[in-house]
Amino acid sequence: MTATAEEAPMTAAQETMAPTTERVDNVSAAAYRIRHHALTMGEVQGQGYVGQALGAADMLAAVYADQLRFQAANPEWEGRDRFLLSTGHYAIGHYAALAEAGIVPVEELETYGSDDSRLPMSGMSTYTPGMEISGGSLGHGLTIAVGMALGLRYQGSTARVYNFLSDGELDEGSTWEAAMGAHHHQLGNLTAMVDINALQADGKTDTVLRTEPVTEKWESFGWYTQRVDGNNMAELLRAFDNAAAQAAAVGRPSVILCDTKVGRGVPLLEGREKAHFMRIEEHEWQQCREQLTAGYEGRASR
Amino acid sequence: MSTATAVTGTASKGTAPKLKTSAMIASFADPGQKTASAPFGHALVKAAQENDKIVGLTADLGKYTDMHIFAQAFPERFFQMGMAEQLLFGAAAGFAETGLVPFASTYSVFAARRAYDFLCLDSAEPNLNVNIVGGLPGLTTGYGPSHQATEDMAIFRGMPNLTIVDPCDSIDIEQAVPQLAASEGPTYLRLLRGNVPTVLDEYGYTFELGKAKVLRGGNDVVFISSGLMTMRALQAAKALAEHNVDVAVVHTPTIKPFDAETVLAEINTDRLAVTLENHSVIGGLFETVASAVVTAGLGKKVVPVALPDEFLDAGALPTLHERYGLSVQRIVAKVLAELG
Repeated sequence: MTATAEEAPMTAAQETMAPTTERVDNVSAAAYRIRHHALTMGEVQGQGYVGQALGAADMLAAVYADQLRFQAANPEWEGRDRFLLSTGHYAIGHYAALAEAGIVPVEELETYGSDDSRLPMSGMSTYTPGMEISGGSLGHGLTIAVGMALGLRYQGSTARVYNFLSDGELDEGSTWEAAMGAHHHQLGNLTAMVDINALQADGKTDTVLRTEPVTEKWESFGWYTQRVDGNNMAELLRAFDNAAAQAAAVGRPSVILCDTKVGRGVPLLEGREKAHFMRIEEHEWQQCREQLTAGYEGRASR
Repeated sequence: MSTATAVTGTASKGTAPKLKTSAMIASFADPGQKTASAPFGHALVKAAQENDKIVGLTADLGKYTDMHIFAQAFPERFFQMGMAEQLLFGAAAGFAETGLVPFASTYSVFAARRAYDFLCLDSAEPNLNVNIVGGLPGLTTGYGPSHQATEDMAIFRGMPNLTIVDPCDSIDIEQAVPQLAASEGPTYLRLLRGNVPTVLDEYGYTFELGKAKVLRGGNDVVFISSGLMTMRALQAAKALAEHNVDVAVVHTPTIKPFDAETVLAEINTDRLAVTLENHSVIGGLFETVASAVVTAGLGKKVVPVALPDEFLDAGALPTLHERYGLSVQRIVAKVLAELG
């Protein structure tokens, strides 16, 4: 999809049938490359939010390789769909997706978190092309998304707004102010995607502040709510298709709740004690890459 | 809160009956003073007629921040965000990201205390044209600390990129609104609402964003003032003339960026220098002037007329302005004491 992205905007799929095998394979390949990019960036720092990036890679691939309308050569294109990264520390995953999308050069990823880089550890719109907002202070993204969706609709734009947030951000009251606001204003052009990796800075989400039942919460706030395995590409694409099919200038906002696994795709990290800020030893990076490749090729050959 | 006019208490101090909290609730204008109704709302309508990018937002305080005037004129350009100030200002940033020019109103306490993080990171860091309109700045309500934004400028002055305007009257507000819309980056307007006094028309004055203006000259004392305290400064200057004290008044409605050049030129004389502000003595106009004086190396005493560093009482505004030193009578007494 990235090759065509430079010439013409991509169009969101409208069907709600199961996605074709070819489509699932193409987006899965993008997710695989995003994971490798994330490992490359993680190795530069020697540690970091690699676990989150690997867990969210399928969600990011579904957005950038399948759903989002954008022009890689012109990230400011007025007609683009907006993708708002609320969780600033997921920038490592977002940069990987921007590289996959052709918005950031792949070779620039090595500057991640270095002095004078356009790719700081916590994502900011003022630093990086394709980054719509400065996230990081959690619970902001969905409030900005509400204003953006209202502003675009008021100006007659058909662009859609996607907000990526984490289950930890469901702790923040502002997220629910925005959830009410989106429903009140009937923002059918807004889709929230929640990465439910069940992990927060101080531990597992259910030990920090219980957010479940998450599905019922969003439903009761009036949102079109779907919950899927966020590491199952066919399920993810089906959910995005359903969201796209009911998207409208005036209508229900949509949320896709994605259960994901921290470190997904690298068994060494999947099995490691879960940590917000994962430590990976110098000799382990190559092992991570080999496991990622073996797992992907193993699945692909089945 | 009611918008009913309840101006009472014109009797001289000391003999007046106990005033009610509702006194001056809709206006702090003196009885009989020339006023303009809802100057902010009307100015925003006028600006919006010329600039189709302007939109209005509020957090369940449209009627109490004069935003309802705009909502009536442009219902399709008005967005009610509910009693949710974090959403209000996050969404305002979102509007600005799409190229619109939002004016978002609530009370100053909620903007400064409750939604600071959302203003700072969503609007100020990306330098978006988001215009914050804060009602009840300083001591303009008798409801007590929950509503009295006595430290709003202290909170906001530390925010990079933010322009801060403390208007005196209806003239200032009418002229400031289109300039705020036209200026790059976020702004904060200390709103005066309802029937707002019209004062500066007598001084050949025009509002210029970022500029201080000398309203009147005087040989003995120089007042540096902002907000409604410029009105009091002018009244105090007239009262002091009866004591043969000649007072100059410099109005500096833009607190940040501060017009240090104009102010320092007026302060760097042998006149008594007094700052007057409707704000805590911590972090507002006085400290803005003091830091400019020190930075310029002037060994000059500056006397503050400001609210004390305290949570203030509830009560009627005339009582409270007298109690905390913002009344004309208290200003005159302070200046005479300083002059010995």
